[in-house]
Amino acid sequence: MNDMTLLERGVQTDDIKISARNVEVFYGDTHAIKNVNVEIQDKTVTAFIGPSGCGKSTFLRCINRMNDTIDICRVKGDILLDGEDIYDPKVDPVQLRAKVGMVFQKPNPFPKSIYDNVAYGPKIHGLARNKAELDEIVERALRRGAIWDEVKDRLHSPGTGLSGGQQQRLCIARAVATEPEVLLMDEPCSALDPIATAQVEELIDELRQDYSVVIVTHSMQQAARVSQKTAFFHLGTLVEYGATDRIFTSPEDPRTESYITGRIG
Amino acid sequence: MPVSWIMIILFALAVLGYVLGRRRALASAGGDMRNLHSLPSYYGSHVALFAVAPAVALLAIWLVVQPMVISSSVARSFPDGAISEGSSLSLVMSDVKRVADGLNVAVERGALSAEEAGSVSAGATNIRERLGSVGVALGSDVDSSVLDAAQKYRAYASTGHLIMTLAVLGLALTGFIYGMAQMRAEFRARNIVEHAVKALLVFAASIAVLTTVGIIFSLIFNTIEFFKLYPARDFFFGLTWAPSFGGGSELGMLPLLWGTLYISLIALAVAVPIGLFAAIYLSEYASPKMRAIAKPLLEVLAGIPTIVYGLFALLTVGPLLVSIFGREGLNWMQAGTAVMTAGLVMGVMLIPFVSSLSDDIINAVPQTMRDGSLGLGATHSETVRQVVLPAALPGIVGAILLAASRAIGETMIVVLGAGAAARLSLNPFDAMTTVTAKIVSQLTGDADFASPEALVAFALGMTLFVITLGLNIIALFIVRKYREQYE
Repeated sequence: MNDMTLLERGVQTDDIKISARNVEVFYGDTHAIKNVNVEIQDKTVTAFIGPSGCGKSTFLRCINRMNDTIDICRVKGDILLDGEDIYDPKVDPVQLRAKVGMVFQKPNPFPKSIYDNVAYGPKIHGLARNKAELDEIVERALRRGAIWDEVKDRLHSPGTGLSGGQQQRLCIARAVATEPEVLLMDEPCSALDPIATAQVEELIDELRQDYSVVIVTHSMQQAARVSQKTAFFHLGTLVEYGATDRIFTSPEDPRTESYITGRIG
Repeated sequence: MPVSWIMIILFALAVLGYVLGRRRALASAGGDMRNLHSLPSYYGSHVALFAVAPAVALLAIWLVVQPMVISSSVARSFPDGAISEGSSLSLVMSDVKRVADGLNVAVERGALSAEEAGSVSAGATNIRERLGSVGVALGSDVDSSVLDAAQKYRAYASTGHLIMTLAVLGLALTGFIYGMAQMRAEFRARNIVEHAVKALLVFAASIAVLTTVGIIFSLIFNTIEFFKLYPARDFFFGLTWAPSFGGGSELGMLPLLWGTLYISLIALAVAVPIGLFAAIYLSEYASPKMRAIAKPLLEVLAGIPTIVYGLFALLTVGPLLVSIFGREGLNWMQAGTAVMTAGLVMGVMLIPFVSSLSDDIINAVPQTMRDGSLGLGATHSETVRQVVLPAALPGIVGAILLAASRAIGETMIVVLGAGAAARLSLNPFDAMTTVTAKIVSQLTGDADFASPEALVAFALGMTLFVITLGLNIIALFIVRKYREQYE
């Protein structure tokens, strides 16, 4: 595939959106994340790569406090979103998750119609004053999810009836509908075939214009194709973080080099 | 030789076959297990199987068929004039069997010698007295044709038994030798034993199915009998239930059906909300520790015998309701037994059905569904209400329908809690009764079994069966459709 076309747009802004300091995560007695420091830029696609079990998904789930739903999980350290600590007791995790949307590994449309899937977030957050506004929000989200043309004639058929790739784009549209500032994606293409993957990657690149996107991926090609910044995790630590083209061409850490050349992982 | 002895011999033969078969197979492989096609135990099992299985099958069939064959041949030899008026061949045959059994007992106890039993004649001895002295009571004096028939019956039975013993043991021995003959190293004993295991499983499954079919047929035949004696229209659409054992009963089903549905409705109105909320708490909110304690406790409710619930209704709930709604209170209620009493207690009984099934179904909703909703900024309760419950709804409906069919079939709580009056009324504080309770009272009375008053029980049972079967089929259909969604 053509790697370079996506990279040419470059990083458009240097604003720091998310900044993590000394983050430690424990699952019971397991020390899953060790002292991670990272600064994620706005309007950028940041990729987290690393072997299975290295903690990249765990760290991603810290950013919208999805780990709160796991009883045995404890998080230490600070994660700042626009300079505010998201683990501050004053912060309502429910509100936070509306601002930091998430797309999961397996497409998980609700057993509702396509329309209701997308309208779910706006409805619970009261984003629309009337039906017309809601229609508008749903259409905009589906367009941004690059799936509008495929579903506009069957908005009221069930979302579970779509193909895997369509379901995943529907889930992205659903996440976008609540107007988040950050989109977290946990291996969004791992359950998809190459064509659907290409469509979703294209979409991720477009989303960068409006959001800060953080994507966890197992595929180094995918990281190289869609991201501007890459972070390499290994055994719960952040080994190396920098511009994607630099990480893939001249990694500083020998572990990064081993991983991207296929010697570990 | 008694059947128990035959069984012991067969068992011994099986053990012997196992040991010898195993040894012979091992010997044919030069004592090295690795040269055998199957593990040695399979060879042993194969011999034991061939020694026992055909013999047991033959024994079972013989034991069923022999009495039928003997009865019919004895009956055929009966002189035509011997059957007195007002009697029938089947009544005489049961006399014959009773006398034959009595002679057997007498011989066993030593009151008669074996030859005496075979040759004694009605004129010479008073058979009734002699049998009575060893504890065999006969209803009337034995006439000579019955005694002859009984002696013939005994003679046939003992011959038949002898032949059976020989045939069964012979077959067992043949099977044993055949099995042993096959014990070579390359023999595929494992595959044969696998087939035998499969046959056993099929047999077990078919017994369950055949029993169901048998129950349905017995219901159907008796129901047809009933409709010959009583018009179906009056049964299905009659508004009065007034059985009188002297005849001239009105057997309208509707008051009973109404009672059944009314009580079930109240029971579900209690059980569904409570059970469902309990299930939501247990599966979504309770900590694992809490769940580990609360769920078994809730399921204890399901283990309480329904008669105990009945007592609870009669002694606790009924009087409690009377003290509120009875004469001293609102004066809606005459006595403790009422639709409301039975309905409330039955509702409590159904709570664990609804909660346990719903809990399983809610747990089966994939975690990704919850994550998806939480990830969009929904609160826990929004997630439960708008995502988890709709996803689990088909399964929950299935659970409710299963609970409903339990409610409709429930008897003891109704007998003790709802009274016995069949009436059509809207007041939930009136005593009413249900289909099941009336089935019990119609069959336990003194009525002639061939009268419509007794046979109506089968028609009621059939109606109930059709209703609950329908509910179960719908429930299974819904549950299955739901399962397909996530697998």
